[in-house]
Amino acid sequence: MKLPGDRGPVSSALGALLTNPEPAAEPDLIRILRDTAARAIRDTDDILLDEDLQSALYAAYELRYGGLTGVDDAWEWNADVLALCAAIESRFEQALRDRVPMPPLPAPGVDTVAAALFELTGADTGPSVSRYLAKKATDEQAREFLIHRSVYQLKEADPHSWAIPRLRGRAKAALVEIQADEYGGGRLAHMHSELFARTMRGLGLDDTPGGYVDMVPAIVLASSNMMTMFGTQRRLRGAIAGHLAAFEMTSSLPNRQYGNGFRRLGYDQSVTFYFDEHVEADAVHEQIAARDLAGGLTEDEPGLVEDVVFGASACLFVDSLAGAALLTAWTAGESALRGGTLEPTVALEPAGALS
Amino acid sequence: MTEQAGTSGGDATVSITACPNGPLLVRGRFEILAPAGEVIPSRRKTVALCRCGISTLKPFCDGSHKAVGFTTEPEAPTGQPA
Repeated sequence: MKLPGDRGPVSSALGALLTNPEPAAEPDLIRILRDTAARAIRDTDDILLDEDLQSALYAAYELRYGGLTGVDDAWEWNADVLALCAAIESRFEQALRDRVPMPPLPAPGVDTVAAALFELTGADTGPSVSRYLAKKATDEQAREFLIHRSVYQLKEADPHSWAIPRLRGRAKAALVEIQADEYGGGRLAHMHSELFARTMRGLGLDDTPGGYVDMVPAIVLASSNMMTMFGTQRRLRGAIAGHLAAFEMTSSLPNRQYGNGFRRLGYDQSVTFYFDEHVEADAVHEQIAARDLAGGLTEDEPGLVEDVVFGASACLFVDSLAGAALLTAWTAGESALRGGTLEPTVALEPAGALS
Repeated sequence: MTEQAGTSGGDATVSITACPNGPLLVRGRFEILAPAGEVIPSRRKTVALCRCGISTLKPFCDGSHKAVGFTTEPEAPTGQPA
């Protein structure tokens, strides 16, 4: 994808370093990046809503996925870029550990952990974007919804795939079974990210990966960044398993509503198939994810119960904030997009609140 | 969800996993037939079959059992009759 636009000093310094053509300037650019990042991480009011830090982390993480246009892939494993990620991650994870509500922990095991996860996800009282889509959303709001979701859904399943080599036994087999279905079971046209791209095209949107990253608020980037943070660190394998379980367990029923919303707006099956497919697929996945993946992992590694529950609850917590960003804007009669334009917005405050 | 069925997914044997308070997961080489005998196409290797009766995608599960509080386990002795 293209390099995200600047949202403050850190994302600006990272962009300058990654696109710098002059080797002699590199030490200075690295120093600027390190200093601005240290200051921003120290001073941020709320790292989940920090436009600059979440944007910088998203850009650095993208080097681990499809890469950044015009940026040498070697930056992925550059020590200074990795140090930037680690510094932001440290504050980000701490904020999540401090704020994500933790229910009483179940005993390790398939039945106990699955029951606890079904209770946790069933009690989710977050704002309902799906009901709004089904009943009220305008065509423009439906487009904004797809733009927000595109940040993750154009690479749907990828962040959880990092966990495959970190697991073993029953949990690994379960994750592979889910992911194989996410990737279309070998059929490109059925790959969920491809289905989402088709839905975007059906509403006249650009399906280029990262095409709308500059238009979404920090919390949407944070939602995606959290998955990459959990997925790419072995020590957080419990959290990424819990995250996937909660994600799948809160998917079937909302996706039916989304599909109904797009049907209400007059779209045909080429647009709604993505959502209809998820109603059926995630009714399968949630059972496998709760029992064999999350539960099976705690049977294998009982010490991971807390992180499994943390990852699940973090999924609900952050996605409810991301949903609130849509609903707050819409109920106020405003756009949920930053700036309302494709042009990168510059000169934002580094710790800017949700616009 | 039995241990050996868990996620084996082998094609030779069909396994049916009864998920507590949820659907039946079916893995293996199987066909689902409509009453007149025609094959109901399946989009995936592992399917979840409705057993709460509420699904809008029958015979497949759509997660509705959670919304209606469907239970497959006997009620606890102190609970209300099912």
